[in-house]
Amino acid sequence: MDLNIFLPLLYILVLGTFLGFELISKVPPTLHTPLMSASNAISGITIVGAILACNEMGYTNLSKWLGLAAMVLATINVVGGYAVSDRMLKMFKKK
Amino acid sequence: MNIYLHLAYLTASVLFIIGIKMLNKTKTARNGNLISALGMLIAILATVSQVETITYVDIFVAFLVGSAIGLFFAYKVKMTQMPEMVALFNGSGGLASFAVALSDYWLHTQQHSIELSNITVISIILSIFIGGITFTGSMVAFLKLNGRISGRAIVFKGQHFLNLILLLVTIILSILIVNFIAEPSYMILLGILSLVIGILVVIPIGGADMPVVISLLNSYSGMAACATGFVLSNNVLIIAGALVGASGIVLTEIMCKAMNRSLLSVLMGGFGQTNVTGKVEAGEIIVKEVGVEEAAQIFDSVSSLIIIPGYGMAVAQAQHAIRELYELCEKKGIEVRFAIHPVAGRMPGHMNVLLAEANIPYDKLVEMELINDDFVNTDLVFVVGANDVVNPAARNTPESPIYGMPVLNADKARTIIVAKRSMKPGYAGIENELFGADNCLMLFGDARQSITKLVSAIKEL
Repeated sequence: MDLNIFLPLLYILVLGTFLGFELISKVPPTLHTPLMSASNAISGITIVGAILACNEMGYTNLSKWLGLAAMVLATINVVGGYAVSDRMLKMFKKK
Repeated sequence: MNIYLHLAYLTASVLFIIGIKMLNKTKTARNGNLISALGMLIAILATVSQVETITYVDIFVAFLVGSAIGLFFAYKVKMTQMPEMVALFNGSGGLASFAVALSDYWLHTQQHSIELSNITVISIILSIFIGGITFTGSMVAFLKLNGRISGRAIVFKGQHFLNLILLLVTIILSILIVNFIAEPSYMILLGILSLVIGILVVIPIGGADMPVVISLLNSYSGMAACATGFVLSNNVLIIAGALVGASGIVLTEIMCKAMNRSLLSVLMGGFGQTNVTGKVEAGEIIVKEVGVEEAAQIFDSVSSLIIIPGYGMAVAQAQHAIRELYELCEKKGIEVRFAIHPVAGRMPGHMNVLLAEANIPYDKLVEMELINDDFVNTDLVFVVGANDVVNPAARNTPESPIYGMPVLNADKARTIIVAKRSMKPGYAGIENELFGADNCLMLFGDARQSITKLVSAIKEL
């Protein structure tokens, strides 16, 4: 990867982080647990990387197995994270 | 990469942002979560449509296995176990990033012998290192939280020195990897090292500091995804990772502030076990005990009540009993509110979820800053399983290890009743001056049983 590819990615990282700070500071403490499980699910975006890593021929290939393992793990994160957040958020009721 | 894939990733990123934004209000939060999930679905489908060599069967099987495990945990977990589950999910996210980076490394250097640029190699190193720490660190946190290993801080001599050495070794290894990229043993060693460091950094941190650790590990899982994004030059991984990374850092900061401790002091660990200064001898505090009948009469005579829940409530599973007490008091015309300390429980917002599960309306739950001035005008405070967060020593005793920590001003109320199992000190290992106060009464016993008895005693009055 040369600088021409790296630099735009760095911009995205820095601006994304600032955006994250802004967004999260506005979440009320009541919702901090669901926020954590929801952001947990979002970090399962690694699944995209896992699918790409799996895209290899042959089952004798370590890369492929690692990719498949990552795919299972990231799916746990994504599905479990969103499901449990939904389960929690459903419970929050006003009088 | 084609334009449709990029547009799909952009859409997913925007949906993540909108989803998190909608989490800022309880009313919109549930839909926000669904929107964020939709973003994830779009990103996944777009990626799947691009694959060439891997079969859909492989993908489907992996999704099926992962979804089954994820759903099993998501629907089976009790609300009191939420911290454990978040730790577990953090860990699997970290391990996924670890595996993706290692897979990419192996593919390029071992299968295809392609030269990698330094930027890519450093990204791989970071991804493996952060992912590895997140994985084992989360596992240790998980084991501590569910009691499989002692929740106490585990400290040994030379611990910090050992960590420092390991960090130096990591840096040397990283330099070796950059220079000898084709040699896999360095990379494997780095992976093992990161797993060991993950264990070592979480082991000295005790139970009540867990909110900080979990927030931090949450942040790490985002950073690991971010690093993986750099490995694959993938925008959506970087954006999503950055959002999660920032989220974890914000929560970590809030938790540290609520304990008046620096992140460094939390990470150094050993809190509450090595600190001797400011310790009050156990015999110095003389407490007044109260029986259920007498407590019921006090509840019957007040017009305002603030309930302070703590981790002990979760341990005793007393939240449903508290709901009964709450409903009964409301019926009697008593103004009931709940005061929530930011670090009550084992993760940010833990108490809120437990009380929400018990059907207590969330507008009755008040943050510390908003309720602290009201204690003076409150007839009765009922403390359930909370200790350090109501210790007035944090305001009054400069020698106390928790001095300066923001606490709930429970002691300023007219009467205080504390439901507690025994006189065992709280996490900080110090006696609570509140318990010896003239206006404080102790209701000893298992919180759930005491409250259930209390409710029937009030009904009989």
